[in-house]
Amino acid sequence: MQKAKENIMHILFLVSACISVIAVVTICVFLFANGVPAIAEIGVFDFLLGESWKPLENQFGIFPMIVGSLYVTAGAILIGVPIGLLCAVYMAKFCPQRVYKILKPAIELMAGIPSIVYGFFGLMVIVPFMQKLAGGSGKNMLTAAVLLGIMILPTIIGVAESAIRAVPESYYEGSLALGATSERSVFFATLPAAKTGIMAGVILGIGRAIGETMAVVMVCGNQSVMPEGIASGIRTLTANIVLEMGYAADLHRDALIATAVVLFVFILIINTLFSVLKNRNKD
Amino acid sequence: MELAEKGTVVRKENIDIAKGINFRTWQQKLREYKHQPLSLLLKLLMILAMVLSVGVLILLIGYILIKGVPSLIHYFPSIFSWEYTSENVSMTPAIINTVIMTVLSLIIAVPIGIFAAIYLVEYAKRGSRLVKIIRITAETLSGIPSIVYGLFGYLLFVITLGLGYSLISGAVTLAIMILPLIIRTTEEALLSVPDSYREGSFGLGAGRLRTVFRIVLPSAVPGILAGVILAIGRIVGESAALIFTAGTYAAVPDSLTDSARTLSVHMYALLSEGLYTEQAHAAAVVLLVLVIGINALSGFAAKKLVSKGN
Repeated sequence: MQKAKENIMHILFLVSACISVIAVVTICVFLFANGVPAIAEIGVFDFLLGESWKPLENQFGIFPMIVGSLYVTAGAILIGVPIGLLCAVYMAKFCPQRVYKILKPAIELMAGIPSIVYGFFGLMVIVPFMQKLAGGSGKNMLTAAVLLGIMILPTIIGVAESAIRAVPESYYEGSLALGATSERSVFFATLPAAKTGIMAGVILGIGRAIGETMAVVMVCGNQSVMPEGIASGIRTLTANIVLEMGYAADLHRDALIATAVVLFVFILIINTLFSVLKNRNKD
Repeated sequence: MELAEKGTVVRKENIDIAKGINFRTWQQKLREYKHQPLSLLLKLLMILAMVLSVGVLILLIGYILIKGVPSLIHYFPSIFSWEYTSENVSMTPAIINTVIMTVLSLIIAVPIGIFAAIYLVEYAKRGSRLVKIIRITAETLSGIPSIVYGLFGYLLFVITLGLGYSLISGAVTLAIMILPLIIRTTEEALLSVPDSYREGSFGLGAGRLRTVFRIVLPSAVPGILAGVILAIGRIVGESAALIFTAGTYAAVPDSLTDSARTLSVHMYALLSEGLYTEQAHAAAVVLLVLVIGINALSGFAAKKLVSKGN
């Protein structure tokens, strides 16, 4: 009786553990089964490299969206990584315990604020600011990049901070003993040693930025044309889905699912990179 | 100050020594910075970055509170009336739906997540291939953007299983989304339980199952709780995964197969209609207060785990 109970529970635990495998497989199957035929129907090159997205005229080229997603993500990284890294160094090495007790929960709170609230904040505060700065509607690539840069800060700070903390203290002490200042020691001895961990954080940030939807859709302008500069409105892959899925039908709907497939492939590549880096860090 | 024994005068030099060999007064630091402009620059940049980050957070919270609280008061009490109409734009149904959605998702995800973590920590052989695959997939799941979850939920639950835009479609989608979070935090909590607990239990003749449920799990409760609270935060804040699974119907549903909008989706709906910015401000306040409360709770639970560990 006891033995049977042990065995049943063992199997139950095993099945629960396998649910995440089943979930990933199901997600892949459903997305690819619905998206790939659409890509085939539209034509791989017309879909991926086509520059015009006109569902009414059966033109489904998502190149502007791919470019938009990449530009916005790159912008977010340019803004978020330096600031996040400096914050992480400060929190890991220079910050007094008392200040840390305030900073850490604040950064955690930043990670917990819903993206719709960030989007709202972007729409109400950053967009008017950009309007004054650059003219036009204020909803453009730069606005989206700034907002995403803010949103990925907690991710980058969190990962980079633990990477810096994982570097043996002897690096820092050795550099101090050679006469370097505290700041020099941290930035030129500790920080290079935490390189892989920091890279993993940056990649995680890229994943967050490229997949962000609700915040971006409110501030990026959503024009489905090739962007001309940082002050022109753009549309990201995620925004494309959320804007049109509500009323799309037939091939249009499948083209949107295919957009999600492209996004999904991006994310898979980023995830693989992340786990490769993380494993290398362990060795 | 251990250096200052009873009766001796506490001298300034002694305090400096107690603070660490490398301790310097700010005058000494200033003198050093004069010769090391780069160090000064780095220090200033760090402080600037920190002020910027925290400043943005304060700006965001401040803006939403300053703009939102007045409109919350202005529309009170109609904004909290029981039924949603286009006149009162009530958020009460959305709040109730958020609670229902949270409970449903947790009912599905928490047992599965805890069981999966138990398998990974207590049963599986270290380094087995299955464990590796499970870990990779859990990591993949946690990296998938919520909009992709939304589309997946739409394709599987709404269309293929014919559930339509419904509470249950949304709840299952969210359950899959928070699963990796629960697995990871539970795993960490289980791993932090010392092995001597297990050995003691085995030594007294308890079986594996009894050891897990009576000894290991109770000690890991604060950690698991912290993870569950984080998951609640994600559910409350989620919008992209719900728009195409639970839909945007603004009333409390009668059954699991009815459409229902949560507070986040409510906010999105108000903003995309463009007519109710004031009410969106009010909804943002409620959402933000909820999230801050949930975060504080999670931090509290995590602290309890730490103090217990010591």
